[in-house]
Amino acid sequence: MIPGVHADFSQDNGWTFLVKAVLILVFLLTSVLVAIWFERKVVGRMQVRPGPNVHGPFGLLQSLADAMKLLLKEDMTVTAADKVVYLLAPMISVFCSLLVFAVVPFGPEVRLPFTDWSTPAQLTDFPVAVLYVLACASVGVYGIVLGGWSSGSTYPLLGSVRSTAQVISYELAMGLSLVSVFILAGTMSTSSIVNEQTGRWFFIPLLPAFVIYVISMIGETNRLPFDLPEAEGELVSGYMTEYSSMKFAWFFLAEYINMLNVSAVCVTLFLGGWRAPWPLSAINDGMLNTGWWPLLWFLVKVWLLMFVFVWVRGTLLRLRYDQFMVFGWKVLIPAALGWLVVLSVVQYVRIGDGVSQTTLIGVLVAIGVVVVATVMFWPSKKVAPAAPPPAEFDAFAGGFPVPPMPGQELPPSPRARRRPVTVSVDAADGADADSDPQEGTR
Amino acid sequence: MTNPYVPVLVLMAVAAVLALGGVGASAVIGPKRYNRAKLEAYECGIMPTPHAVGGGRLPIKYYLVAMTFIVFDIEVVFLYPWAVNFAYLAAYGLIAALTFLALITVPFVYEWRRGGFDWV
Repeated sequence: MIPGVHADFSQDNGWTFLVKAVLILVFLLTSVLVAIWFERKVVGRMQVRPGPNVHGPFGLLQSLADAMKLLLKEDMTVTAADKVVYLLAPMISVFCSLLVFAVVPFGPEVRLPFTDWSTPAQLTDFPVAVLYVLACASVGVYGIVLGGWSSGSTYPLLGSVRSTAQVISYELAMGLSLVSVFILAGTMSTSSIVNEQTGRWFFIPLLPAFVIYVISMIGETNRLPFDLPEAEGELVSGYMTEYSSMKFAWFFLAEYINMLNVSAVCVTLFLGGWRAPWPLSAINDGMLNTGWWPLLWFLVKVWLLMFVFVWVRGTLLRLRYDQFMVFGWKVLIPAALGWLVVLSVVQYVRIGDGVSQTTLIGVLVAIGVVVVATVMFWPSKKVAPAAPPPAEFDAFAGGFPVPPMPGQELPPSPRARRRPVTVSVDAADGADADSDPQEGTR
Repeated sequence: MTNPYVPVLVLMAVAAVLALGGVGASAVIGPKRYNRAKLEAYECGIMPTPHAVGGGRLPIKYYLVAMTFIVFDIEVVFLYPWAVNFAYLAAYGLIAALTFLALITVPFVYEWRRGGFDWV
């Protein structure tokens, strides 16, 4: 037994590790193929169109066909690129995204059929497993930065700095929301956190942290409505603009694996991991929480979160970049910090002896009053000073049409002096036609 | 008992094989047709802007985000050990952590009021 870790890996050896590692990779690659199909199908249905339906039953082989096509395309290296970094960046991206699942528990101890050999359905676990997950996610950002920088092109560079600023901003909110899980669980090992959720899943007592995590996990994976690095209207395709063939495929794969990663971490930390949902968990003294059943519950929960990703994408519009950053820094992080203070005080009072329920509620009410008072009496923003008079502006400086700078004003259009076009229809008729378009056709 | 980090190394090796193998395979299988325009930087079909010497400049805002990120990332990392040992550290840990949070809030509020988070 590893100290501080609930799962027992004592029967595992080198071959087990290799088999499990290969199984994780196979699971991730097939899941990504299904996820792409799933996303296109669900978004298609949300937009009242069928989605992919040609290749294979229900179009299931569509993403496999896309992957094969990408593999057979020309592998280009743009002239302006920094060759070595350009080659390494997509590999770093996909490499880091593949590592997270090493500590995700798919289930408890499972027994291989026809043998008496049992092993946890998890590659490994150690006392700082969640920290390892965050480390993998952070190093994965290097793929994006280096990919955009080494392309030697403007759009990828802008996309990569945007993406980096976004991912690190939302990583903070994510990290802060995880602190409350550690306070409640008292450990960072994933199997132990799942074990601590035997009675209640953490998303119930930690609802604010759960909400913050779900929002920041969408920001962390650059998904709509937070997919600003790939805002097509502004940046073509962001940091992967100059990539083709398998290098592009690796970036694409890394994005979808990251979606699976954050979903799996969310399931492990907040949604009870592999545990069966309540009515099912009571059947036959927890029969559905043993053996191979937990794999089913784990996958159902992960795919539920994947559906949330697609649902959000089908529903919400892309944010403007400044709104997005303000939301991260001014809403999510203060909310996460405030929740952390509240939770730590409540938890201290709860585990400390000699404190009654009344005191607990009193303290909570007092904190609520303080928060409301702060919000109410927070000094409002000063009125902006009057704008200086518009400066001279030459609309054709240097022979090219240029936009006005702040403080400058466009000269009135020469067309503004023209007499407005009047419609030669009787006023009464026109009003009638406006009020009811069907009236005129009668 | 095996070191629990050994499986991570195994997974790293398998992942590295996949990452390298994919790119290598496409380099071998894919066609190679030279075209000067194809290898130029993409800029909506116009002649690409010459790349700035030394990578060019980026808006100062990104540096501000990076610096603020470091402050708060370190804060979060300091909070983890306290959170894990919350029950053992009890009152001492709670007061220390809350003081730490209060101290970090001061520069946060300062940056907020000075417009450090306004992306305009």
